[in-house]
Amino acid sequence: MPRDISKTLYDTIIIGAGPAGLTASIYLSYYKVSNLIISDSIGGKLSLAHKICNFPPEKEITGTRLKEKILEHTKSLKNKIILDEVIKLEKKDNIFSVITLNGKEFKSKTILLAFGTRKKKLDIFNEERYIGKGVSYCFSCDSMFFKNKKVAIIGNGPSAVFAVLCLIKIAKKVYQICLEDSIKGETFWIERILNNPKVEVLYRTKVTELGGENKLEFIILNKSFKNKKKLPIDGVFIEIGFEPDTTLTKQLKIKTDKLGYIVVNKDQSTNISGVWASGDITTGSNGFKQIITACAEGGIAAKSIFVFLENLLKNQK
Amino acid sequence: MPQIIDLTNKTFEKEVLKSKIPVLVDFWASWCSSCKMLELVLNELASELKNKLKIVKFDAGDPKSQKLVKKYQIQSIPNLQLFKNGKVVKELIGLKSKETLKKELSFILNNI
Repeated sequence: MPRDISKTLYDTIIIGAGPAGLTASIYLSYYKVSNLIISDSIGGKLSLAHKICNFPPEKEITGTRLKEKILEHTKSLKNKIILDEVIKLEKKDNIFSVITLNGKEFKSKTILLAFGTRKKKLDIFNEERYIGKGVSYCFSCDSMFFKNKKVAIIGNGPSAVFAVLCLIKIAKKVYQICLEDSIKGETFWIERILNNPKVEVLYRTKVTELGGENKLEFIILNKSFKNKKKLPIDGVFIEIGFEPDTTLTKQLKIKTDKLGYIVVNKDQSTNISGVWASGDITTGSNGFKQIITACAEGGIAAKSIFVFLENLLKNQK
Repeated sequence: MPQIIDLTNKTFEKEVLKSKIPVLVDFWASWCSSCKMLELVLNELASELKNKLKIVKFDAGDPKSQKLVKKYQIQSIPNLQLFKNGKVVKELIGLKSKETLKKELSFILNNI
């Protein structure tokens, strides 16, 4: 396919439109740094959060609403957002080329990687077969289809906790299946789960198989629960965390840790000159992956990019 | 650009089941962010594939829709179902890029 090459040379191209990418764009705009956001979706994991109670300006807000508010601010600054998937990153003579799935090519002096992480799959037999037929990776999208049904949430981290809290209101019975011997997250919410008679928590338990004729009908556990390993179920929500997609980072030889998270310096810069990273994809913020830390990392990266571009300009004079 | 028709229980039969050309039904809901993203992709595809395919949407979150939601076994959205001669010939689940979806749809349309 012939490539459609943009004539504009942007100061910065931001890959990703979650809280980190959008905040960086806002900061860059106030610094008068030209920037383009390219992302296959808007909002990142914000879109998955059904309730946010730890973002200081809001006592309680849905992820969708908070996303809209940040997006509104970003768009008010006339920033360009392109909905497309970046498939290739190249650096030549200190200019970056960003190539997308739809055959477009954009160029910039600097790059900010803010594409976050993707949901982990269970990686068991039959998982793909039941996607949309009882297996879901998005409780905020699909919970309503399990009204008065029996569901299981797999996972013991904060996202699993919120999935359980959401499904308590909708489903008839909720099982939380944890690989470890505790639920992790904020005590306030965990207590709500443990005190709810609709919920049963299965600790140190693994789902080994999914089954059913045309849709999910049961799961098989690695150990007995009430003397049975087979548990009849209508829906399974997989909330076992997130993992980085390292396709783009490998292309530019960007340093990552063992798990694939981009190693960043205090100013969010990476080992490659001209490339910064912010948000969930980085090793920053002491590993505390929150909306507020993603926004902060976006802001820090923007300031650092501004200084870098100013120095570039001084050196050219 | 052709408008994507918003279906109701009453118009489903006429627009989908009795359509002379294949119909792609987008089952969506107002609370689903991925559905909103997919709608942008479908708007563009509706224009590009207008002679081969009709694209329509159906609000799966509306309490009045539940009979059809149950009939077509919608348990995850966004959910795209491709109908030909009143029958579902393909189901595509989740958000996809325009390029990926266009390729998949073109392949299916050439082989049904």
